[in-house]
Amino acid sequence: MERSGLRRFWDSSVGKKIVMGATGLILVAFVIGHMAGNLQFFSGPARFNAYSHLLQVDVIELTWLLRVTLLASVVLHVIAAYQLTMQNRAARPADYVRREPQVSTYAARTMRWGGVYLLLFIPYHLLHFTTGTLHPAFVRGEAYGNVVIGFQTMWVALFYLGAMAFLALHLYHGAWAAFRTLGIARPSNDPLHRRLALAIAVIVPAGFSLLPLSVMLGFIR
Amino acid sequence: MKVVLHVWRQAGPSAAGSLVDYEANDISPEMSFLEMLDVVNERLIVRGEVPIAFDHDCREGICGSCGMMINGAAHGPMKLTTACQLHMRSFKDGDEIWIEPWRAKAFPVIKDLVVDRGAFDRIIQAGGFVSAPTGSAQDGNAIPIAKQAADEAMDAAACIGCGACVAACPNASASLFTAAKITHLGDLPQGQPERMRRALAMVHQMDIETFGSCTLFGECQEACPKGISIDTIARMNWDYLFAAATERQGAEVGGTG
Ligand code: HEM
Ligand code: FES
Repeated sequence: MERSGLRRFWDSSVGKKIVMGATGLILVAFVIGHMAGNLQFFSGPARFNAYSHLLQVDVIELTWLLRVTLLASVVLHVIAAYQLTMQNRAARPADYVRREPQVSTYAARTMRWGGVYLLLFIPYHLLHFTTGTLHPAFVRGEAYGNVVIGFQTMWVALFYLGAMAFLALHLYHGAWAAFRTLGIARPSNDPLHRRLALAIAVIVPAGFSLLPLSVMLGFIR
Repeated sequence: MKVVLHVWRQAGPSAAGSLVDYEANDISPEMSFLEMLDVVNERLIVRGEVPIAFDHDCREGICGSCGMMINGAAHGPMKLTTACQLHMRSFKDGDEIWIEPWRAKAFPVIKDLVVDRGAFDRIIQAGGFVSAPTGSAQDGNAIPIAKQAADEAMDAAACIGCGACVAACPNASASLFTAAKITHLGDLPQGQPERMRRALAMVHQMDIETFGSCTLFGECQEACPKGISIDTIARMNWDYLFAAATERQGAEVGGTG
């Protein structure tokens, strides 16, 4: 039987990597929006809770559409990452005694382990602030209070900050790589140079981190 | 000058190999790296030992035969330089030098530093032919080619197929090689009729040969003695995506070589 075009696309290393880049870009767009929305935390409880109400009640259908898209993206992204990693491992069964990386960045080399950290972080984060299952004193509709109380536990705040460090590394490589994987990056004299990805990798995790930091340092209680 | 070599010695494809130490005394800094190995080999032969096997042909950086990992870098420490064009003046007296064959499942070791790069030939073969008319040479300016396209095609065509990109890649991916071949034909008007078929077939063959996939570490571009850019990989992926999206059964043009 003829295999379908889509199946052949997924089965090729280039096709699979393109799926990874496309889903990665969806996730990049999401984290930018999510971070910007979170900054309303610093406008006080009324504003932040109203934002939460908007997403959880007023436009809940749109929120569900987004959730399904993100879930599908993460699932495809991670399956592709896993399968390509296995292919790459198998491609060099006997390794060098000595190989010196010349230009690869720390970010590129931590994509896999950083990805595993994010994969642990994402379900924890949902059970923490969305469902409240893993939250010590969750009150539905009280997003502001939930965040403040949530980050008063030191290890929780540190776990979030760790995730943001890996997110920064993941974005520094990923937000640059995805455009090249998808073939939409323009030819450059210095293809390894990345300004946009650097900006995203600094601004997004820094913006997210302001919330746990402000609670940990006692600016907000 | 004197250097200490740690050379991968392996008697045959299925023999177990290991690093063997050799002291190379009285080496001139003006010798090329391969001449230094020649000197070491002559002394081995005099002592009745088996000389170190390595690939070489032109020794002027154009054929792509030579290639070895030197101190953990493909073709050694000089940028844009094949192993045969590397000179001992790049090393210091008393240096230790590690020499290993290219490592990839798709490049099995034949002996010592010699690997079988037939996988590259099969990727090129999968690209098939270009249906440009042969016969008497055409007028040079009969086919207008944009300067940008001509430059990019020429840059990609500089690939000598040495395999340094695979060797340097942490994933043992042949993406830079395959992308260079796809780009140098895909950029030119003569390459257009089979462009989509070629991208699909060459990427497919690259996977069949058990190479790894690209994660854009950038090591290949750094190792390439001809300075092929990872821009070609973006180009390959674009052609592949476009070809897969527009692919129709039975609509194939051209054939395999
Ligand atoms: C917040 C969630 C995430 C975002 C925004 C994200 C984004 C991206 C982007 C844009 C890429 C580049 C794709 C390309 O090179 O074409 C990428 C690559 C990758 N991602 Fe993610 N990702 C996320 C989560 C994960 C998770 C949970 C894993 C788990 C394993 C993961 C593993 C990887 C790996 C292994 C790569 C390939 C690295 C490379 O190209 O060198 N990512 N990611
Ligand atoms: S021997 Fe021909 S390129 Fe080195």
